[in-house]
Amino acid sequence: MTQVLATTVVVASLYALLAAGYVLVYRATRVLNLAQGDMMTLGGYFLFLVATAAPGEPARAIAGAAALSALAGFLIYRLLMRPMAGHPIFAAVLVTVTLGILLRAAIVLVYTDRIRHPLGLLGLANPARPLIGGAVVSTFDLFTVGAAAALFAALFLFLRFSPLGIQMRAAGEKPLLASQRGINFHLVFALSWALAGFAGALAGILYANNVRLDPSLGVLGLKAFAVALVGGLDSLGGVVPGALIVALVEVLSVRYGDPLLADVSPFLCLLAMLLVRPWGLYGTKEELERV
Amino acid sequence: MRGGGYFKTTYAADLALVDTRLRRRALAALVFLLLVLPRVASPFILDLVAQTALAAVGALALNVLTGLAGQISLGHAGFIAAGAFTTGLLVENGLRSPLIALPAAAVVGAALGIVVGIPALRLKGLYLALGTLALHHVVLYACAEFQNHWGANTGVSVPPPALGPWVLKGVVAWYYALTLAAALTLALSVNLRRSRAGRAWMAIRDREIAAESVGIDVARYKVLAFVWSSAITAVAGALFAYHRAFVSVEAFGFFLAVEYIAMIIIGGLGSALGAVLGAAFVTLLPHVLDAMVAGLRLAGGAAYYLFPLKFGAFGLLMAVFLLFEPQGLVGIWRRVRNWFALWPLRYRPLRSAS
Repeated sequence: MTQVLATTVVVASLYALLAAGYVLVYRATRVLNLAQGDMMTLGGYFLFLVATAAPGEPARAIAGAAALSALAGFLIYRLLMRPMAGHPIFAAVLVTVTLGILLRAAIVLVYTDRIRHPLGLLGLANPARPLIGGAVVSTFDLFTVGAAAALFAALFLFLRFSPLGIQMRAAGEKPLLASQRGINFHLVFALSWALAGFAGALAGILYANNVRLDPSLGVLGLKAFAVALVGGLDSLGGVVPGALIVALVEVLSVRYGDPLLADVSPFLCLLAMLLVRPWGLYGTKEELERV
Repeated sequence: MRGGGYFKTTYAADLALVDTRLRRRALAALVFLLLVLPRVASPFILDLVAQTALAAVGALALNVLTGLAGQISLGHAGFIAAGAFTTGLLVENGLRSPLIALPAAAVVGAALGIVVGIPALRLKGLYLALGTLALHHVVLYACAEFQNHWGANTGVSVPPPALGPWVLKGVVAWYYALTLAAALTLALSVNLRRSRAGRAWMAIRDREIAAESVGIDVARYKVLAFVWSSAITAVAGALFAYHRAFVSVEAFGFFLAVEYIAMIIIGGLGSALGAVLGAAFVTLLPHVLDAMVAGLRLAGGAAYYLFPLKFGAFGLLMAVFLLFEPQGLVGIWRRVRNWFALWPLRYRPLRSAS
């Protein structure tokens, strides 16, 4: 029982990191970034890149990979998404689909589709840690939970108190009004993409160390996107309960059902949510009319 | 040409699908070409045309939903899988006749269309896309369970379709069968566009509230669009199962849905010609790249890079069309045609019209 709870929290943390990327981009630009999963993979490979260049320095490698991913997020906005302004939203969403394809192709071209384990390169180990109550998790599981908690706390403080964070919220609510008040919303949108790249990279780095790194990690992104919708696409706070619900359903269906069912369970949550409350647990209802 | 000076004077002319002499001749030439092709072309080319025709059936079906009715679907691969697995299930149970399998696939597709269509009434745009994406995964899950429990673990093999003593086998027979299927679907989708339902769909696509205010039953026609589209798609899936002679879940991933969306985007949304052009483009692209790489005669390791290169080129082309040519191949074709029709004068469309 405690094992179920512990696993749920760990899986939920990974999903929350990914879903934060969806929500950040969606709140700012109303675009659903279907490449979020591949941006996560990209973060993992950035770690691999930095770690091969300078092995044995985990702190610098992780910081470097996260910074590179944030830069990648910014470039994606500047080169791909900004030209889509004024086009139908769905066209922009399809551009993110092509972005995912391009990222995956680029990764396979450079690194082939072999499974990698950057853990050794960094000189780190991932020992199992028993918790109170008999549950066992790995060290990087704990790091994942910590990273998710830290990211959400930082995002909350940033959006609530810093001037730039307040501008981000304003631009997300009404871009027209915000721009008339002198908010540079292109900067804000670019920042949202950079933050999404950063959050995705955190998920990718942790997953690569904890489990493995291969070009098809992106499928996790599709599951995380059920999380974002269950919580409410425009609600960052909703991600946490959304992630916990989806992760709990998935962990329970692994335990009492079969792995096939577990793979599809996030989508069953998504469908149930769409039927009952399409705007999500904490999303705003008007959002449905806007798209 | 449809330029100025050509007016229809009879109802028959107004109803005709192929309305000018030039178009009639072009159509006759195309039919002749397709009939003669097996005598001149290699089996490889015939197989490519057959694959294009099969893709065109699916693309035309998606075009009914997305291009005409404006309902976005990321679950197209799920409907194809449903049709293919319906065929697989029937074959496993001894019902091998395509006369049973094809209508059964259509019925399953239509039923799924209702299942998706009714919740879709509450959802718009992105949320609808998400719902169809989730449904795709649920359908694939059902198919995977079926595959694991009843079929051989890797998939279900499907014998070639037979009508009494006559068995559909070989490249040439499949070429004729699939081209015929594509032609029938094309005729159906062109006529659907001209029907009451088609006009209602286009009205809903362009402005839903306005459509409702002129008396279109939006809910009914939206569900109808899902039913038509998914029924045709499921038939395409059944044809796919027969053509490949094998059904396996792995063939129906999310990427297949993206490929079909790419077809109608690259071809040009809302146009039947566009769906066919897009199907040809997406089907032939990997083979053209293969031929180009073979022509370059690169060193031994090059073959390995071929797959990611093809994958990337596909993504890049889709992005290029989305960013720079939202009207798709049909838009290019229309510009070329207008250029010739108006030559030596020029016509510059208003910028906002594009």
